[in-house]
Amino acid sequence: MSGALTAWVESVGVLGPGLPDWPAAAPVLAGTAAYEPRRTVLPPLECLPAAERRRTGRVVRLALTVGLEAVARASADAKALPAVFSSSGGDGENCHEICQVLAGPDRQISPTRFHNSVHNAAAGYWGIATGATAASNALCVYDASFGAGLLEALVQSRIEETAVLLIAYDADYPEPMRSVRPIPDAFAVALLLAPVARPESLAQLTVDLSTESAERLADPQLEALRAQVPAARSLPLLREMARRERATVVIDYLEKLRLRIEVSPCH
Amino acid sequence: MTPLALSAFTATSALGRGLGATLASLEAARTGLAPCRFETVQLATHVGEVAGVDGVHLPGELDEFDCRNNRLALLALRQDGFDEAVRAAARRLTPQRVGVWLGTSTSGILETELAYRRRDPVTGALPADFRYRGAHNTFSVAAFVQRVLGLEGPAAVISSACSSSAKVFASAQRALAAGLVDAAVVGGVDSLCLTTLYGFHSLQLVARTPCRPFDAERDGLSIGEAAAFALLERPQGRLDAGAVLLLGTGESSDAWHMSAPHPEGRGAAAAMRQALAAARLSAADIDYLNFHGTGTPSNDAAEARAVAAVLGSRVPGSSTKGATGHTLGAAGALEAVICALALRHGLMPGGVNTRAIDPALGVAYLLENRRARLKHVMSNSFGFGGSNCSLILGRAA
Repeated sequence: MSGALTAWVESVGVLGPGLPDWPAAAPVLAGTAAYEPRRTVLPPLECLPAAERRRTGRVVRLALTVGLEAVARASADAKALPAVFSSSGGDGENCHEICQVLAGPDRQISPTRFHNSVHNAAAGYWGIATGATAASNALCVYDASFGAGLLEALVQSRIEETAVLLIAYDADYPEPMRSVRPIPDAFAVALLLAPVARPESLAQLTVDLSTESAERLADPQLEALRAQVPAARSLPLLREMARRERATVVIDYLEKLRLRIEVSPCH
Repeated sequence: MTPLALSAFTATSALGRGLGATLASLEAARTGLAPCRFETVQLATHVGEVAGVDGVHLPGELDEFDCRNNRLALLALRQDGFDEAVRAAARRLTPQRVGVWLGTSTSGILETELAYRRRDPVTGALPADFRYRGAHNTFSVAAFVQRVLGLEGPAAVISSACSSSAKVFASAQRALAAGLVDAAVVGGVDSLCLTTLYGFHSLQLVARTPCRPFDAERDGLSIGEAAAFALLERPQGRLDAGAVLLLGTGESSDAWHMSAPHPEGRGAAAAMRQALAAARLSAADIDYLNFHGTGTPSNDAAEARAVAAVLGSRVPGSSTKGATGHTLGAAGALEAVICALALRHGLMPGGVNTRAIDPALGVAYLLENRRARLKHVMSNSFGFGGSNCSLILGRAA
């Protein structure tokens, strides 16, 4: 790449199996606390009006939860933030329900199911929940969804000279889709990226395309999570941020491309 | 933003395969909408189906990508020498320096819908020939297009419902500006499936007759399918007078409702204003507007308010969805290509099917084709979830 992309991480939000938020996840990833996997627990969403809340599925709750965590930790104003949502599969439960009805004798699918079927459902509910009227994006790049979302957010942050909220999220499908796309559990990460350093910035990221191999995690259970959930391909990057040491890490992206990331802690 | 050249472009829709057929249909004010005979669908509606998609065969080594959406993509890539133009660019720039940004809303979900009819009666399992990655997954079309064209650069699918393939122009433009790539294949591919046909029906947004955008008696949209592509590059040397440029993009969110636009068109207006600012143009510079214009009562009313607020009531415009149907995730790219044809041939296509313009809308809606030399045109695309995008294209001279 002619000139690597750089940005400062203002805050992190994370939610996954045994990783309830960033303060709990950071010592686990840094290796100073034991990893105790347990099924991802999605907290109720207080930010949506009751009528909208009833309509949201698990995936929307997942994405909004980490986005709200990142925004709160940086004391940022979500209303003005452009957001990049990236997910490998979107709402698998909703997709399953629609396909099931369409395969039956009566094809009358529910209007709510239909409007929740769009890949940008999480982005839409994010706008309704926070009042964010800036641009939002909704990417799908199969197993490369985290890397592609990170590139999209870094590029947007640089070109439009604005902070950008990246939210990468994936949840498990129910059967029979689960057998053909075996994502074991829900995982999501949010990074608030800014084009300039601020006093509270956590780390500077400098990202370039690479053909080196992606790094794995030493803990076999965390490595399984990384390998099985596309959004969790972010874990080696989160590990370096949790360690707060200057480091270079290579994470998965497309089949023939990886992302090489220099992580420079600010404190 | 720095203008980018559309150094090649093509479109395939119910209006025909490639630019020649598309232009001929627009010049004849022909609609591609016909009563729905798709699959086993039993709905009283018209659709814009592309003829011959089932007869397209993928190269053997790309068999895992076989689905209606990728067949349509391949059919379109082969028109107007588009695939060869991209391969030539990849040879010149290297395959790693050419990115792919495509929009789709439903990808190959038709395959999944059909597979659900063939589940194992005992275990409920999907049939063994079901391919999640190649057909179902939303990224499938971009992975497929990368493989067909031999590209190895960054790639993404943007899936923000009906703004998807307008937004790819914005993302690719930023990636070019940041030096991530030196050229980008952008476009949109969406194909008929049961989810959208029955889904829009469930929302009571489907017209019984061919859709009539901006008509006083409009009663909904007609669904279509299409694939449209453009190759975006930094302008090289002296451009010929007919060259088409991407001049501005604007994106916003309604933050209002999942399936209804903001009634005042707040987000739509913001996207149009941003596109004008990015292109360093004012409302008076826009010669033609390709409306999102779905033909639903609420979309056209909200869009008209936004247009009146940003462009005034003077700019002639039309929705080409009466001709093509609403091609959803392909609409942004299809209508960008129609705008490129409008610029190149000095043709403002009149909106077909529409008989009597809704006087409450207060826009200069064209019912007949008009010839004029056009310098700058705007295209609007708005999607569920309140995702808005406006593009401005122009002639080099």
